[in-house]
Amino acid sequence: MSDLAAFSRSPAEGDARPLASVLRRVASVTLPVFTVVAVIVLIWYLAAAGMNRAWTLDQAGRRGLELTVGEVIADTLNQDRPVLPTPHQVFTELWNTTLGEPVMRERRGELQGNPRNLVFHAYHTLAPTLMGFLIGTFLGVLLAVGIVHNRAMSMSVMPWAIASQTIPILAIAPIIVVVVSNLPALNAAVDNGMISEEMILSIPKALISSYLSFFPVVVGMVAGLRSPNATDLDLMRTYAASRYQTFWKLRLPASIPFLFTSLKVSIAAALVGTIVAELPTGARFGLGARLLTGSYYGQTIQIWSALFMSAICAATLVVMLGVIEKLVLKRMGQP
Amino acid sequence: MARRSRWRVSILPALRRGPWYEYVRHRWLRSNRWLVPPVIRAAIVGLAFLADWRLGVFFLVWFAPWAVNAALSDRRTIGAGVVVPMIFGVTLLGLWELVVQLYEISPIILPAPSAIWARITGATDILWADFRQTVLKGALAGYVIGCGAAFLTALAVDRSGFLQRGLVPVGNFMAALPIVGTAPILVMWFGFGWPSKAAVVVAMVFFPMLVNCIQGLKVTDQTQRDLMHTYAARYDQILLKLRLPAAMPFVFNGLKVCTTLALIGAIVAEFFGSPTVGMGFRIKIEMGRLSMDMVWAEIAVAALGGSGFYGLVAFIERRMTFWHPSQRQG
Repeated sequence: MSDLAAFSRSPAEGDARPLASVLRRVASVTLPVFTVVAVIVLIWYLAAAGMNRAWTLDQAGRRGLELTVGEVIADTLNQDRPVLPTPHQVFTELWNTTLGEPVMRERRGELQGNPRNLVFHAYHTLAPTLMGFLIGTFLGVLLAVGIVHNRAMSMSVMPWAIASQTIPILAIAPIIVVVVSNLPALNAAVDNGMISEEMILSIPKALISSYLSFFPVVVGMVAGLRSPNATDLDLMRTYAASRYQTFWKLRLPASIPFLFTSLKVSIAAALVGTIVAELPTGARFGLGARLLTGSYYGQTIQIWSALFMSAICAATLVVMLGVIEKLVLKRMGQP
Repeated sequence: MARRSRWRVSILPALRRGPWYEYVRHRWLRSNRWLVPPVIRAAIVGLAFLADWRLGVFFLVWFAPWAVNAALSDRRTIGAGVVVPMIFGVTLLGLWELVVQLYEISPIILPAPSAIWARITGATDILWADFRQTVLKGALAGYVIGCGAAFLTALAVDRSGFLQRGLVPVGNFMAALPIVGTAPILVMWFGFGWPSKAAVVVAMVFFPMLVNCIQGLKVTDQTQRDLMHTYAARYDQILLKLRLPAAMPFVFNGLKVCTTLALIGAIVAEFFGSPTVGMGFRIKIEMGRLSMDMVWAEIAVAALGGSGFYGLVAFIERRMTFWHPSQRQG
């Protein structure tokens, strides 16, 4: 029993003061990050005060008021349409437009999504993002399998896959919208009621985000599927394993860590793709649409809150993938 | 054995009577295995012809160059690395042209490559003006400023391990964010001209570049640094003669990633307001007028510019980091 206890004891508990050493380790990771974030927030407040000062002084001058330095600073931090909103304004707006608004509202006797709620917009961006991510991942894995198994494919497709990423996606976004909305098959499906109008609007977004997200998967999976070394492959040969068996039992398991690393990159890229796709296509709902309307009407706080919402979405998606990665690798018996 | 289908159970034993079956099967497969894929391809082409002759032509045009590519890449011909992708690209363009012509697709939906080429040669002056505005002014200025600032920041925090440990996670986080979203804000701040586009590009390239530079400056190992200490080298000497050269592969990796980001940033920013010249502006306007050949012409120019930019950085990398294992040939 005592042997078992000694075996399961972690190195930290071996210290004289276990709690202190754990705390020190946590602090050495978090403290620098917090310091950097604090410095950024400080610079932000200073910049807000500096950039909004002109407007405050202009307004005061028109009314013939003399303001003290304190009053000027207080005003610069709480304007309605500041040049640069302060962090607390952005967070108040975020709070009000997520928890302060109902997600659904009654309209013409129907319960519909409430466009005043940022969660509603986030949903309209996240749904195509996930769809595009799935399409992109599927295509990317397929392409990588082909590239690894077929020399002709590896030589002809890989250079073009790289070249495809130098095309600015924003440029192809309107084209995809035009092509998709003119596809006879899709229009027939809408008429038959097989897919809703909303789906038609999200398909171009999903395609664009899949265009951005397939590339990291291809690169990562090609590296992953080629990662088994010569000894492993030779072992499979001595078992007289077919290519099919080598793929399922050696190459695919070896590529999983590579797959997750590239999935984290590709889901962030997919989100960028969806947001960018919403800009030129005149989308009414979605975080990109929110950015666009904010920029049309000079609602800077709205722009910044949409920006933070998209940041939160990106972070959540990446963290979720990280958790899935940990679970999968643990089940596969890897540390 | 028990799971075999009825077909195999009932037919195959009948065929297998006598040794001739095994003999023919083995003989044929051993000598003619390479025939299997062409037979499958021929079957696909034949079926397609039966269904719709245009589909048959499509598959014929697809498989013919593919067979050439397969032969070229299997025999490891010299120069195949250039020829094979070229054949593939030309085939794709040919198929595109073929589909548009055969199925009579409206030029509003998808113009043919020949129409796009006609537009490129016809509107060279407009395309050049747009290219100069977006790429040479907006993207390039932002790229140089952003990457330069990131490099200098990495050098500035180099001596503080504390700041590095803080900046790397924050930088990684920022690099994953949709920074393109700051475009409307920056256009508001810096106006419609090219400086606002450069500012968007700076915001987009800064963090990926910073993270790469900080990681690059850390790659030297203890023995190498110890060696420099035994030479009594100063901080700046170690930096110049050991750590900066060692960091170059990482720096160039960042520079390559940033080329694409720079172009995207500059074009996206033009959607939020621009003078009446620029690639993003032109795409927006010509989309409204439904002249898709002009939109495609702009895309072709953007793709060429982007590939050229990437290729240039990759070329410089090859010349400067020729010593690194990743650059070895063969």
